[in-house]
Amino acid sequence: MTRFITSSFSHLILLIGILIMVVPVWMIFASSTHTSSMINMNGLQILLGDSFYENYLRVLLYQGGFFKEITALKMFFNSFIMATGVAILSVVTSLMAAYALVYYRIKYATLLFWIIFITILVPLELRIFPTYSVMAELNLVNSYFGLIVPISASAIATLFFRQFYKTVPDELLESAKLDGANTWRFFVDFLIPLSKTMIVAMLIFMFVFGYNQYLWPLLVTTSEQYWTVVMGLKMMSGSIVHRFAFVMMSMVPPILIIIVLQKYFIKGVFQDK
Amino acid sequence: MSFLDLKNVTKIYPNGTKAVHETSLSVDEGEFMVFVGPSGCGKSTLLRMVAGLEDITEGDINLDGKLINEVDPSERDVAMVFQNYALYPHMNVYNNLAYGLKNRGIDKETIEQKVNDAAKLLQISDYLQRKPSMLSGGQRQRVAMGRAIVRNPKIFLFDEPLSNLDAKLRIQMRLEIKKLQQKVGVTSIFVTHDQVEAMTLADRLAVINNGIIEQLGTPIEIYDNPKSLFVAGFIGSPQMNFLDGNIKNKTLSAEGFEIKDIDSDFEGEVKLGIRPEHLSQRENSLINLKVDLVEQLGSDNLVYGQLKDKKDFCYRCPGNLTIEKGADLSLNIENNKYYIFDKSTGKRVN
Repeated sequence: MTRFITSSFSHLILLIGILIMVVPVWMIFASSTHTSSMINMNGLQILLGDSFYENYLRVLLYQGGFFKEITALKMFFNSFIMATGVAILSVVTSLMAAYALVYYRIKYATLLFWIIFITILVPLELRIFPTYSVMAELNLVNSYFGLIVPISASAIATLFFRQFYKTVPDELLESAKLDGANTWRFFVDFLIPLSKTMIVAMLIFMFVFGYNQYLWPLLVTTSEQYWTVVMGLKMMSGSIVHRFAFVMMSMVPPILIIIVLQKYFIKGVFQDK
Repeated sequence: MSFLDLKNVTKIYPNGTKAVHETSLSVDEGEFMVFVGPSGCGKSTLLRMVAGLEDITEGDINLDGKLINEVDPSERDVAMVFQNYALYPHMNVYNNLAYGLKNRGIDKETIEQKVNDAAKLLQISDYLQRKPSMLSGGQRQRVAMGRAIVRNPKIFLFDEPLSNLDAKLRIQMRLEIKKLQQKVGVTSIFVTHDQVEAMTLADRLAVINNGIIEQLGTPIEIYDNPKSLFVAGFIGSPQMNFLDGNIKNKTLSAEGFEIKDIDSDFEGEVKLGIRPEHLSQRENSLINLKVDLVEQLGSDNLVYGQLKDKKDFCYRCPGNLTIEKGADLSLNIENNKYYIFDKSTGKRVN
């Protein structure tokens, strides 16, 4: 009986937690399916309305911005390019950096690694002017390249891969060497497959990181053509339901990427066991 | 020149540790050579230098008439079985075996043929599609061997491959390795710290201590005729008994008994070595043993007891003899099989 009470109690707490998280999101979603006059008169709604298609289509295709050059669809495209670019580029560079740090006979490799790691303490906001001026010198303002590259060196991902490589037994490398694998083959045939799960985790992490960027895209783009979703959230004007609809849609890509890649992530975890 | 030739090979690690001292050794084609010694004696380092996994500080290694000091491990055409097998965890057994062949640019059909042949030989054909994590210790061991065999290398190197197996499996695999090596006929070097493994597997064995080969020979030569205190103590189970003694005028006195007319001109402090199995009970003999403990192994009894000052003196007798604790035994050294070593240098003097 006491067990029933304690377990009900803990379930109750969990349920409250879920409600606290889900209800605001749901209310925004429900409200975004009504007409704006309805919201203006009656406030936020709990029940679904019947203007879903109308509102969402309008938001996606409406020519916005000061010069009417950008649609939400284009922003999603930009954000997707940027987030994917950041994710792939940072995973590739970290994989290679960690490989060099662990497997090559580099003098002061540990010191070098900690110097890389310390860059975590220097956020983008601190180095934003020099970074911007480099991008401007290179004529990379208003380009995907300029959006992606300066935030694509990840010390955290390098740390994760480095720590993982250090757990790979030396005998594996030696055995591969005797089997005729050169340094490149060892990297491609062994380290990459073995760190598959970690690569997926880092891809998710860096995708969300890239997607959520606000300050950097704001600075490095002057053309509305390169606006991203997160910038759009701030820039958006228009009726409240359309803004709600945009907010709802802006949550979709990160959730989608987690759902899609989680399958591989879990698969990898089970295979390793 | 023999098949594998080591000439004055020395290994000094960057931190100054000298792991191998000017070692010279030749291994004939098809021979099964065993390196045996306590841990940290340099036997694995020596093996790894042959494989190319350690740089050679000084000296030359020739394999099949070719100097291989500077040759990359992948080009040496050697195969190695590691202590932890080092199977590729993300590849199935088939790919584990095939990987080395693929890297050599061999065509697919030949690879399949070779892998299947090796799998058949090692009786792992049923597991080819499994990952190493789904195999038992013995099966993994076989896969590791298969990976070596399939490449048809000039030489097999085994780095304590049996030490991760349980006792029963170890004996079984030991037998299989020996059989396999005789069947395939590949020159092999086997590193172990287990003297039973060394004795049973070797055509010849090298007893290594502190980076030096103390003695090189067939197992029986080394057992019958150990050249130093270390070799005498290391080879043979249970261990040889050592007694402190003194030689004067060809008479050795030790622990309350004397041996006259010994075959040595040495004078001074010595260690007398007697193997437990070279003793027998006879009335009025040299050695008087007061029995403390009897270990019954079934086929044999190991009798431990005290001489004058020496404790845990071991005598091995047939299992059908009943010996009581506290008994006084009179023991004779059969055929005068005893060994005398210079106490200061450890060298054999008789």
